[in-house]
Amino acid sequence: MTKTTPFNSAHHQLNARMVDFHGWEMPLHYGSQIEEHHAVRRDCGMFDISHMCALDAIGTDAKPFMQRLLANDVEKLRAGKALYSCMLNEAGGVIDDLIAYYLGGGRYRIVVNAATAEKDIAWMKACIAGWKMQLTLTPRCDLAMLAVQGPNAREMVWQALPETRSATASMTPFHAQQVGDYFVARTGYTGEDGFELTFPGGHAEALWQRLLELGVRPCGLGARDTLRLEAGMNLYGQDMDESVSPLDSGLGWTVVFDTARDFVGRSALLGKPRQSQFLGLVLDGGGVLRPHQKVFTATGEGIITSGTFSPTMEKSIALARLPLDSTMGDTVDVEIRDKRHSARIVKPPFVRNGRVLV
Amino acid sequence: MSNIPADLKYAKSHEWARLEADGTVTVGITDHAQYLLGDLVFIELPEPGKTVTAGKEIAVVESVKAASDIYAPLSGTISAVNQEAADMPERVNNDAYGAWLFKIQPDNVADLDQLLDAAGYQQEIGE
Repeated sequence: MTKTTPFNSAHHQLNARMVDFHGWEMPLHYGSQIEEHHAVRRDCGMFDISHMCALDAIGTDAKPFMQRLLANDVEKLRAGKALYSCMLNEAGGVIDDLIAYYLGGGRYRIVVNAATAEKDIAWMKACIAGWKMQLTLTPRCDLAMLAVQGPNAREMVWQALPETRSATASMTPFHAQQVGDYFVARTGYTGEDGFELTFPGGHAEALWQRLLELGVRPCGLGARDTLRLEAGMNLYGQDMDESVSPLDSGLGWTVVFDTARDFVGRSALLGKPRQSQFLGLVLDGGGVLRPHQKVFTATGEGIITSGTFSPTMEKSIALARLPLDSTMGDTVDVEIRDKRHSARIVKPPFVRNGRVLV
Repeated sequence: MSNIPADLKYAKSHEWARLEADGTVTVGITDHAQYLLGDLVFIELPEPGKTVTAGKEIAVVESVKAASDIYAPLSGTISAVNQEAADMPERVNNDAYGAWLFKIQPDNVADLDQLLDAAGYQQEIGE
């Protein structure tokens, strides 16, 4: 049975090209994913992200639970702050990447990927039981999630939901606040400013309609992928998975070793230092970089984990796992359909806040 | 649904073909194909003069999403390519039957009869 979000009929009404995304019927695009991409870079777009799973972890042991569960450390979180982290297995492989919001008073909201939600919940529940901790973990399937992204995104949200304006006007990036029925987070997956809104599913259609009337462009999974790749953000299942260390996926910055905190995967990571560099590629000529294409450097081979056409740069870009001694600015060869094409190594992000950085 | 002009011939692999007055056959991809692929961003055309065999891959179109092979609808020699389409792949999205990809000088023009007509192609794609 395909699962649908509270925005499903809104997508159909706009004749979206719907696809099966890990068991969810989701919009790929509403006509042109490139135009949707540009709308987010230049103005404002909205994405149904209700397929992602929000989980509430609440209880006296919620903090020690999070500190043992996650490779990043919630220690430093004040109420209303968000944290990006990997959740590792004992071997140091990535079970999922997620965002955790500390809501204060022993309450955390965790947002995990759609494709991995069931596996994540089973893992977390096993950890809670195994560690004999006092907390409840509640999947919030009752909630809809909408990402509104772009330079004008916050203004659009404030016009659609005027009650959120004063509460969130001075809220800095990677913070969140509950305003009435709306959990407003200044987070996203596009490299642009904006909000991710979480709210009761019953409000979904009305909010969508209001934002449409304000000129916010509906955007599908296609644009979501090109935007995140330009922003140098990893995608679970492509750029990392259970077989790969976060240190080999450009996520070393999210792993906190500097205290005695014993998180799952810690000893495995300490025993296995970084094997490769995770960097960006820009293709010199025509063609499109794709996952699994081989990269040939002066000292060895690498592999593309995510690749696409960048609508902003009008060139193909990729994230790749490369030999440790690879250097920014180096020219490498990528094998596309049995032919080698030259590409340049760069440091992601490629694009942030509408500007090309590489 | 998809635009399927009645005066063209079609391959099951979603190429259209049109016999020109000069005996060459112009080839492109169908409106249905461009819809399935989504925004096209790169087209790799064959070299003029290249010999092609019916059913063999001869060009590549890449959308943001994926790369897709284009097959020669009939055997012959490439007599021309549409560089304009390669330079601006979005033209194929906007006008799949105007933005042709290449022309073939066929070995045997009767091979065209092996291809589907509009009704056959419409049935093929289930519309």
